[in-house]
Amino acid sequence: MNNELLNELTFFVLAIFVGIEVISKVPTILHTPLMSGTNAIHGIILVGAIVIAAGANSPVTVAIGLVAVILATTNVVGGFVVTDRMLEMFKGRQQSKTRQSK
Amino acid sequence: MTVAITLAYLAAAVLFILGLKQLSSPKGARNGNFTAAAGMVIALIATIPLLRFTAAGAAIIGIGVVIGGIVGTVGARMVKMTAIPQMVALFNGVGGGAAALVAVAELLHFGNHPAFTVAFPSVFSIVIGSISFAGSMVAFAKLQELMTGTPITYPSQQLVNGLLAAAIVGFVIAVLAIASVPFSYLSLMILALVLGVAFVLPIGGADMPVVISLLNAFTGLAVAASGFTLNNFALIVAGTLVGASGSLLTKLMSDAMGRSLANVLFGAFGQLHKGGAAAAGKEGRSVRSASAEDLGTLLAYSRRVIIVPGYGLAVAQAQHAVRELAELLEKRGVEVSYAIHPVAGRMPGHMNVLLAEANVPYEQLKEMDEINDEFKNADVVLVVGANDVVNPAARSSPGSPIYGMPILNADQAKNIVFMKRSMRPGFAGIDNELLYDPKTIMFFGDAKDSLTKLVNAVKAA
Repeated sequence: MNNELLNELTFFVLAIFVGIEVISKVPTILHTPLMSGTNAIHGIILVGAIVIAAGANSPVTVAIGLVAVILATTNVVGGFVVTDRMLEMFKGRQQSKTRQSK
Repeated sequence: MTVAITLAYLAAAVLFILGLKQLSSPKGARNGNFTAAAGMVIALIATIPLLRFTAAGAAIIGIGVVIGGIVGTVGARMVKMTAIPQMVALFNGVGGGAAALVAVAELLHFGNHPAFTVAFPSVFSIVIGSISFAGSMVAFAKLQELMTGTPITYPSQQLVNGLLAAAIVGFVIAVLAIASVPFSYLSLMILALVLGVAFVLPIGGADMPVVISLLNAFTGLAVAASGFTLNNFALIVAGTLVGASGSLLTKLMSDAMGRSLANVLFGAFGQLHKGGAAAAGKEGRSVRSASAEDLGTLLAYSRRVIIVPGYGLAVAQAQHAVRELAELLEKRGVEVSYAIHPVAGRMPGHMNVLLAEANVPYEQLKEMDEINDEFKNADVVLVVGANDVVNPAARSSPGSPIYGMPILNADQAKNIVFMKRSMRPGFAGIDNELLYDPKTIMFFGDAKDSLTKLVNAVKAA
């Protein structure tokens, strides 16, 4: 096993613990936005899609690269925008009153 | 990988973690989303110097980002708030598909005999990513009502799924041990797509949120696996974060429904009670209904009113009408609160989003544990388009498929007003005893029309 793989395994295992720890106290009302937010974060696959698309040099790799970039970009952009739409609606009593009085 | 790129990836990972942390509390949630998005931008920009572009490569990246950006923005902007769950499913599915394609491209790149450390994460990513893609599309179709939301079962279903899984394992071994040829991993991809469909078909629409959350975690893991293939630290960390937090979230969601994850996935939920619901419906028992005027008077002279909103309210776009009614009652000195069941709407937290959209202050929204003891002091419980979440069968009849699910104690109130379109059972397809309770008054009709009538009746009272 080489060094790089060992490092990667270390990151992997630590990230599991961080991922569990960081959301362990989330209230029920935020489950939907949180799911949507994590959904946007796995759009990081766009980085992978760009890496494989950049070197495309045959019809097959061009096709795979193009579809992968489209799908991944949809994931990232749609994920963050829809999460934001949900969250902009959480307001307290004061804010909602000021908006109504406008 | 240069030092600068590694540091940029580290910054992105930190921003993802901080973003998730902020997303876990109502105050910081929106900032959390921006924080995570900033991490994403940093990771993307940092990747560019790493690459050597062919002309075709640069072109397809440009075209792909523009198309995906437009599809994502328009989709996310246009979607109605009631349709959020299926939109999340869709965005999740495309992520899984992208992860599988990245892995296919890597296998093509490495030829017939890649190192095990490349081949293993690649086939993992292909299988899990494809299951997530196909499963999410079925979940989308079920929630969008492009297909029936009831569980689809057929004879020997478990056997078929088992054979599919066995065939997948066979091809995985073939790729790893014999040769990584396109025939093997494309077969793998197709089989995994079929398994994804077969896996979600027998799960009912009411359980879709749990499934979407699980597939969300799957996509995260597929992305992490692609990270191992590409030796990309950002993919590994971000994908694993999502895989781990998504798994926990899936568990929290099934807990909120009082069921185990295995029961959700393999229980073929709808099958158990079909006969029961039909039989109960045939009894033709009588129910009590009342006019808008009577109900208006009842509400106007109550001291405490609790509103139980459900998905029917959202479908009828009646959030604003219910807020108007609540404000009117408050002006008359009636104490009004909303009781939000953890799975009200179609996803945990969904109802809060819908009511927030209608400017209902979130101080009035009470979670189940907070309000369940207050029902006995309430003069009227107004159940608007909800059903299963107040069904006492969850407490009393062990044979019922929702037995054990925590419910709102609406039956303890002095009066229960059910606003429903018909006597049809709720999303889980189970008859509700509470509809026949002597304390219950039915008010039939579209939720929005009915609420408007009540508003006028309260004004007149």
